[in-house]
Amino acid sequence: MSYRALITVWIVLLALTALTVWVSTIHLGFLNVAAALIIASCKGLVVVAFFMHLKYENAGLKTMVLMAFVILAIFIGLTFFDVVYR
Amino acid sequence: MASTASQPVSFLQDKSRGSGIFSWIFSTDHKRIGLLYFWTILTMFGIGVVLGLLMRLELIAPGETIVGAETYNVFFTLHGVIMIFTVVIPSIPAAFGNIFLPIMIGAEDVAFPRLNLLSWWLYIIGIAVIVVSMITGQGPPDTGWTFYVPFSEFTTSNVTVAAIGVFIMGFSSILTGLNFLTTIHRLRMPGMSWTKLPLFVWSLYATAWIQVLATPILGITVALIVLERVIGVGLFDPAKGGDPLMYQHLFWIYSHPAVYIMVLPAMGVVTEIIPTFARKHIFGYKAIAVSSLMIAFAGSLVWAHHMFTSGMSDTAVMIFSFLTFIVAIPSAIKVFNWVATLYKGSIQVEAPLLFALAFIFEFSIGGLTGLVLGSAGTDIHVHDTYFVVGHFHYTIFGGTMMGMFGAMHYWWPKMFGRMYNRGRAFLAWAIIFVGFNALYFPMLIMGLEGMPRRYYDYLPQYQNAQVISTVGSWVLVVGLIIMFYNLFSAMKKGKPAGRNPWGAATLEWTVPSPPPTLNFVGQPVLERGPYDYKGVVVDE
Amino acid sequence: MNDHKDYQGAKLGMWLFLFTEVLLFGGLFVLYAVYLSRYPESFHKAGQDLNPVFGTINTAVLITSSLTMALSISALQKGNVKLSKILIMLTICLALCFLTIKYFEWGAHIHHGIYPNSPDLLKLPKGEIVFYGLYYVMTGLHGVHVLIGIVVLSFLWRFVHTGKVSQNDCVMLENAGLYWHLVDLVWIYLFPLFYLIV
Repeated sequence: MSYRALITVWIVLLALTALTVWVSTIHLGFLNVAAALIIASCKGLVVVAFFMHLKYENAGLKTMVLMAFVILAIFIGLTFFDVVYR
Repeated sequence: MASTASQPVSFLQDKSRGSGIFSWIFSTDHKRIGLLYFWTILTMFGIGVVLGLLMRLELIAPGETIVGAETYNVFFTLHGVIMIFTVVIPSIPAAFGNIFLPIMIGAEDVAFPRLNLLSWWLYIIGIAVIVVSMITGQGPPDTGWTFYVPFSEFTTSNVTVAAIGVFIMGFSSILTGLNFLTTIHRLRMPGMSWTKLPLFVWSLYATAWIQVLATPILGITVALIVLERVIGVGLFDPAKGGDPLMYQHLFWIYSHPAVYIMVLPAMGVVTEIIPTFARKHIFGYKAIAVSSLMIAFAGSLVWAHHMFTSGMSDTAVMIFSFLTFIVAIPSAIKVFNWVATLYKGSIQVEAPLLFALAFIFEFSIGGLTGLVLGSAGTDIHVHDTYFVVGHFHYTIFGGTMMGMFGAMHYWWPKMFGRMYNRGRAFLAWAIIFVGFNALYFPMLIMGLEGMPRRYYDYLPQYQNAQVISTVGSWVLVVGLIIMFYNLFSAMKKGKPAGRNPWGAATLEWTVPSPPPTLNFVGQPVLERGPYDYKGVVVDE
Repeated sequence: MNDHKDYQGAKLGMWLFLFTEVLLFGGLFVLYAVYLSRYPESFHKAGQDLNPVFGTINTAVLITSSLTMALSISALQKGNVKLSKILIMLTICLALCFLTIKYFEWGAHIHHGIYPNSPDLLKLPKGEIVFYGLYYVMTGLHGVHVLIGIVVLSFLWRFVHTGKVSQNDCVMLENAGLYWHLVDLVWIYLFPLFYLIV
């Protein structure tokens, strides 16, 4: 990627960081966690897509990356069926 | 085999990269690494069998027979740790996968040969660390191979070192999986599309995904045990706000998929053997390939069926029970397809086929008893009884190890260029089959009648079944000894074998027996699909 | 033997390794998620003891180190070996900066008697004990990965210097970059979960 594109990505990441810090100062109760995770995931997506170049890779690799995170989400999700309903 | 003018030197004898032990233990040749794994695995299997025999000897009578309770706890812990982590999990992929995967796809080696060597070294180091845990500190671990908290946190036995050994071996398994995935994706020869892959390769592929995605969870879990013991972090300790059930969740998130790491490759071996000895194309190629992936995926969703009686929520109990029933479906598809392949086939009764049939019979019993365990209501009755012990020995020993023995008998002539004695192989098989069922079937009955597992003592009402089981273990061992004697003596004294004694159609049967260091002369040519027997010349 | 290197294969292998890292940290995230749901007030209270300024600075430091890492790869791909080496050095410096700040953060907590199994920690409510347990283990494991990254990048600097990694064959640098970005990615989640849970 060009230097300019990479620096743009960097600025976006810093901006999202500032955003997440600002949102955390507003008291939204439980929504604070959700907001923090959503913004973190946006940052993560930017890192994976651009810094890690996944946007320009083949569909197979993109599927594999998605599957790894889906499996983790399933592990957390199914565990919650125990923890939340005890 | 000596080299002749037309035959290149076999990988066993090749001295072009050095001779002596260093040319083996530092070799990056996938065939040598596979053999290194094979011999180590067999050695560890022997140790595990001895521990099993000692356990059975203790259980031949109620009360203390040869050892006391604490020593018995050590026996079943070491038996489990050794059998699961050092034998069954590596078994087929590390030995036969390493030797034959590249050849089957027309490649010269795996994608990362040096990483492959590192995998074996990590495996050896892991074993060494576990041995160290047995002879240092306050003695070998006594928690059971499952290392449940709180006992694993507080027991003075050497859990910390053993856990580190398990961590290292997990790394070995991860690297093998990573290597195989890259190999299958990148190194298939021209013409070897995904739909032309031997189904053994498909099974290794599905297995490798589990190795890569599930094993790290084991890694972090045993690391947390070490941290609990060494610095007292307390994430599973209720006194510090932790939840012991979270240990069980994390442990089984790996250890349930682990059983599919164990059985999928064995199913792959059976899928190679059955069509060859029925001389008929496998029934339902795509169904078997897809079912391997389905088992890997569905098998990752069911872990908490090990926890039905642990105190987790009823909601979770019902959900995991339901999911467990689903994973039986793709396994059943395979059994159906194997039987359908045999139907109207031209059956040749040879030792590999006998072991494949034993697999189907024993794994089916294991699978059906798994349904009893997976059904939450009935599980309450049989959890932590000998029913469980019978179930998992039917699936793991009757499944994976029968698959391993089948693989040995199938590929022995290819690996060593020598054929074993057919009659002796049949005799060994028969004795193993009788001994195996005598050893494990009574456990299913005992378990239903309430005999708890991991107990060195029991009420007199169980003794009859226990005696049958112990005698069964002796018969089984006799069978194993005959089997290994037959195979080992064939290595030097067996009749020389040709390239394709069984008339199989996959690529490994086109290269010399044993293969040379360089698998293929020039670019291999794919002349047929893996189960197209038309025109295949039997070369004994 | 096929001597030609397989660029796609090397990259695939690295991504597969990264999956194992995702699942390794993932196990800890499972624990965090469960315990957050169980002790929300304690997590909020303990989270207030972490300094969000340090956390934010460290986040910016790591994000910037990801930038320098990515720039170093672009530089090498454009044939600018000198710039690439400078950028790798910068990445290492930023990583060291991160670890230094973490060292002071941990030091402050330990100085105040808050560390695993400490008497002062055990007097706190259970949820807070768990919070700090997760804090030390997760940031500790992350810190170990930062350290490993520094070692790996030092080797890469040497390889670029000697030409072992070059414009035509830079997959090792790209793979090191992938590893480094993952380290950044983990922190992107750790930061809000520990510092902004207030």
